[in-house]
Amino acid sequence: MSDYAVIKGTSYILAHTPDMILHNGTTQTMERLASPQSEYLKQIPNYLRSFDEVLSYPPNQVYVGNNKPEELHKYEKPWFDKKIEAASRYGWFGEIMPQDEFLALIKMVDVFDLVLLEKSFTNVAKKKINNHPMMTSNLKSRLKDGEDIAVIEKFIKEQQAEALYHDSKLVGCVKRAHEIDVNLNAHVIHENLISKASGVLAFLNLISKNDIDVDSIDYVIECSEEACGDMNQRGGGNFAKAIAEMGGAVNATGSDIRAFCAAPVHALITASALVKSGTFKNVVIVAGSAVAKLGMNGKDHVKKGIPILEDVLGGFAVLISENDGVNPVVRTDLVGSHKVGTGSSPQAVMTSLIADPLDKGGLKITDVDKYSVEMQNPDITKPAGAGDVPESNYKMIAALGVKRKELERKDIATFAKEHGMPGWAPTQGHIPSGVPYIGHAREALLNGDIERTMVVGKGSLFLARMTNQFDGVSVIIEKNIVGADEKATGISEDEVKKMIAEAMRNFASHLLEG
Amino acid sequence: MDLENQKRVKDIVEKHGEENVIVLLGAAEAEASGLAAETVTNGDPTFAGPLAGVQLGLRVYHVVEEQFKGEVDADTYEDQIGMMEMVLDVDEIVSEMTEIRNEFCKFND
Repeated sequence: MSDYAVIKGTSYILAHTPDMILHNGTTQTMERLASPQSEYLKQIPNYLRSFDEVLSYPPNQVYVGNNKPEELHKYEKPWFDKKIEAASRYGWFGEIMPQDEFLALIKMVDVFDLVLLEKSFTNVAKKKINNHPMMTSNLKSRLKDGEDIAVIEKFIKEQQAEALYHDSKLVGCVKRAHEIDVNLNAHVIHENLISKASGVLAFLNLISKNDIDVDSIDYVIECSEEACGDMNQRGGGNFAKAIAEMGGAVNATGSDIRAFCAAPVHALITASALVKSGTFKNVVIVAGSAVAKLGMNGKDHVKKGIPILEDVLGGFAVLISENDGVNPVVRTDLVGSHKVGTGSSPQAVMTSLIADPLDKGGLKITDVDKYSVEMQNPDITKPAGAGDVPESNYKMIAALGVKRKELERKDIATFAKEHGMPGWAPTQGHIPSGVPYIGHAREALLNGDIERTMVVGKGSLFLARMTNQFDGVSVIIEKNIVGADEKATGISEDEVKKMIAEAMRNFASHLLEG
Repeated sequence: MDLENQKRVKDIVEKHGEENVIVLLGAAEAEASGLAAETVTNGDPTFAGPLAGVQLGLRVYHVVEEQFKGEVDADTYEDQIGMMEMVLDVDEIVSEMTEIRNEFCKFND
């Protein structure tokens, strides 16, 4: 049997955190510093969506797996005024968590007693989160009684604690972890704990939704865009192990991979290589959210009279395991990478990321059924003047196909519909970058709807001012083909049939749960 | 145009003089190209950056415009920009750029 690693399971989560838009999104915090009396800041409360509106928003239901990406074609753009009736909080891949439960989760994953939540708020949130189907007894036990509001106010006033709000009301704070060290100040700890909590939620959903034995996980790679450390090692790490600990993965260690928005695809390739090499058997890649990006394009949304659509934190997790003859394989031999010498012209970038892996496999542009590129939701980016990001990517891939004489020029217009998808992911940096499709791709590859997909991640490294280089990596994921050589290795047709039947049963049971 | 790039344009112009500087754009659509072109000719229309109220009137072209394309090696152009030329709405970009230059560029060449 070929020893490519497989995609054994995926999870996708969102947390609706409207109060954090105003208090923690950098567009808003910068505005408050520059002009505290700004009209925009005053208008924000009128442009926030309710939890129900966030649930029924079609792109969000696609993200958590209740609807397929292609179903978005049914809704005329823009989508912010369209609804999926009877939308569920729990999805086939994950869930959409409301703010009060998420604040409780931040407290649960805080092991240094840095988060304080007010008493009455804690009482309400505790009841809700204790009913959550995936909360372990260990996590539940971490949420004790709350604090007096006076204590919380004192920490905010005297020790620069970061305030936590719910329904515009102060309900808690995140304390600083050091008096002087800026790397441990309340702002950084708040940002990191939110990333950790959303990563933990994605991890818990991965385990639960895919019936995974958590003890079998032996490595975790975290690939968000935050950095945890102190003044002697600003990005020392390690979110991966912190998340694994909270998820109960007692047999796992792990590490963090950073490459801006490209990190998840770097992590996918690395995890698959670790499994293929036999170093580890079950590797989870996981990323939590970027709270700073909430409301990033809020000014443009408000100016155009539409709700602030960047109101959710995102997270995802994927389990990469040894080849089981059923799940889709990660073709670690068909990888594209933007190299130091590649150059930054779009043509050079697309050639390195799209054409190179195809050439390695003797494939044409049209041999890939679906390309998963930067799957940003165009509802968010178009009003801000950034256009429809996936569509631009598909046009470029098609143009590359024309240059390679694999497509006619007239095909550029229809390529996106046939080999692409409308974008549905929130603009949380690394979250939309190639990975949102892995869950849907796994289903489509298992069902035989598609044969092959390419996942492409790109990152803007120059933002860190260390290099002017752009970055990107890509990899092909294919249907698991059980061929003659597989049979020779001892897995019988009956065994494979049994495995498929089991996968289908799991699928059906989740449909019922969803 | 982001604030850092505005500062860089301003510094380069101070060093070399307005008549010796040409700005080349590679933006993906007409509106963004127009805004960047306006910034280096009439000043930052958002009044946020170092070029707010600074009318440099520079020569500014998009890389898909004939004025640039005609000056460079055809094979290199095809190699670096040919693909994007297929994807971009060239006519719209040319029209937007021409309009901004006619209105704000100091040089009539």
